[in-house]
Amino acid sequence: MSDNTTQPAGEQAVEQAQAKEFSAAPSRTLWGDAFQRLRRNKLAVAGAIWIILMVIIAISADLWVPQTLGNPTQTDSTTMASMSRLPPSLEHPFGTDTLGRDVLCRVIYGARISLAVGVLATAISTLIGLVMGALAAYNGGIWDTIIMRFADIFLAFPYTLFVIAMLAVIGPGIQNVFIAIGVLGWPSIARVFRSAILSVKENDYVDAARAMGASDARIIVRHIFPNSVASIVVYATMNIGGAILTESALSFLGMGVVPPDPSWGIMIQDGQTYLATQPWLMIMPGIAILTTVLAFTLLGDGLRDALDVKMKDA
Amino acid sequence: MADAPKPLLHVEHLCKEFPVESGLIASHMKNARKVHAVNDVSFDIMPGETFGLVGESGCGKSTTGRCIMRLTEPTSGLVEFEGKDVGKMNKRELKALRRDMQFIFQDPYASLNPRMTIGEIISEPLIIHNVMPNADERIAFVRELLDVVGLNPEHINRYPHEFSGGQRQRVGIARAFALRPKLIICDEPVSALDVSIQAQVLNLLTDLQKEYGTAYLFIAHDLSVVQHISDRVAVMYLGSMMEYSDWRSLYAEPCHPYTQSLLSAVPIPDPDVQHSRKRIILKGDPPSPIEPPSGCLFHTRCPIAQARCSSETPQLREIAPGHFCSCHFAEPNPIKDASIEL
Repeated sequence: MSDNTTQPAGEQAVEQAQAKEFSAAPSRTLWGDAFQRLRRNKLAVAGAIWIILMVIIAISADLWVPQTLGNPTQTDSTTMASMSRLPPSLEHPFGTDTLGRDVLCRVIYGARISLAVGVLATAISTLIGLVMGALAAYNGGIWDTIIMRFADIFLAFPYTLFVIAMLAVIGPGIQNVFIAIGVLGWPSIARVFRSAILSVKENDYVDAARAMGASDARIIVRHIFPNSVASIVVYATMNIGGAILTESALSFLGMGVVPPDPSWGIMIQDGQTYLATQPWLMIMPGIAILTTVLAFTLLGDGLRDALDVKMKDA
Repeated sequence: MADAPKPLLHVEHLCKEFPVESGLIASHMKNARKVHAVNDVSFDIMPGETFGLVGESGCGKSTTGRCIMRLTEPTSGLVEFEGKDVGKMNKRELKALRRDMQFIFQDPYASLNPRMTIGEIISEPLIIHNVMPNADERIAFVRELLDVVGLNPEHINRYPHEFSGGQRQRVGIARAFALRPKLIICDEPVSALDVSIQAQVLNLLTDLQKEYGTAYLFIAHDLSVVQHISDRVAVMYLGSMMEYSDWRSLYAEPCHPYTQSLLSAVPIPDPDVQHSRKRIILKGDPPSPIEPPSGCLFHTRCPIAQARCSSETPQLREIAPGHFCSCHFAEPNPIKDASIEL
């Protein structure tokens, strides 16, 4: 607004008035701004609250679940027949499964595995993806070509089939699920990060840093990384949901978590036989997957809007 | 010019070509098409003087500035700063050079890192060159510098998006001056600003020059802006230097038809003069720098072009002391029926 004043003196006055206004308001960081914007997005907040709730329940499970809902893996052979596939009740809110175990208890312990897989596998993919993307974008030329063509080859295979093939080689089990999902997930992250770096690199402030004699390491750490990391935060958040889905699918197919460990995928697989008669066996873990993946997607969506630097309304 | 005082910056036959074809193989072919962004440009800048470089967009003036700092590697030619060949410098020498040579960018929105406070932005060159290892001393210096460029020192912890375009450009200027460089390349520092702010920023640049004796290479597309600030002015067209001289003789007696037509486009704040004078309107667009015209680069649009112009390339020659022009018919005001009064 002040830019339209024709008289320099008037302009100065406006600028000074602006200056006063500035010093009155507390200075906000861009991350602070983003947090404010995120807070106003109700769906994203709902997603975040749901995720936090799941994490708290999953972490604290050992403290209260065995006492109230029983053991998630072990079965009592004496009561098994009488406890088998009971409908939801006050005592067993989600009902019981074929072996007489409480379904809610297994859903809670399943959350541990799902969240762990989601976070750890995404961490592995993000780490590899960041390094690969940064190498490709910053060095350019032959590095770029080799890494990105390699990523294209990975992406050319159907992802789930690729993970199954890898698990067939290294064997099922929870650690291998982490590794397979994590290692095979890097190409898309590398692509996103590479394009983010390439667009940030074109900015004058990167040239400015070079013009003042900054080293490559400094340019990457101080200028390129802070400005391109937002897209990775968004992508990784959504990727957690995807990894949870993949883990469930793998467990459903018998390639993932090995029984009797509880996993939402295994529970659905166990329950599918009884869909017509005892639907809660399948519906309860299904709802758990749905809400958790949805929560991560909503949060990621909200983060994308909140971290967009061009939105300065806050 | 052998007995003349030593220039701060000496540019000789500077050329920069960009490959048009991308891809590993195509760009290395012998006959690959190239954009001739800068074509055989030579000039000197004396310590403390302002050298204006004007031309329409795409004529290679920014590329010239970037090549001098080696932000872009020149294809050929010599750049000497204080007698040292910039093109042959290794990483360490280049870093030392960048203490003495700074850059002010055109776009005040893109040239400041949005995730850094202006205090961090301005002190970054000090940290890189380890000029002030003491953090308190550094902060005090940055506050002082903010005051010098007309910003409130209390704003040291604010982020660039909290400032207007003019204020941001002041931050860019403070950053460029933090190391007290001997030469600052100003790449259209005011063209992104409103006219009222332009004058303020130009005055600030002049004041700072008076105080610190910094030399400027001042790149602009607006002759009136350059006139405001420059000692000498060069006019570029399609990557080549058309004419250069001290600004008085260039404005009073442009010897190149291109300079003359540019000057005729500068508005004069007097409606009577503005109505009576004749404007020279060039036909068409500048030719493609991929296939520049033969002979004189300007002959396709020149109102006084003759047969000779399309076959013979005119050389930059001294037509009056210190006044160089590359036109076969160089004389004051070569386009006769247009008068320009400034």
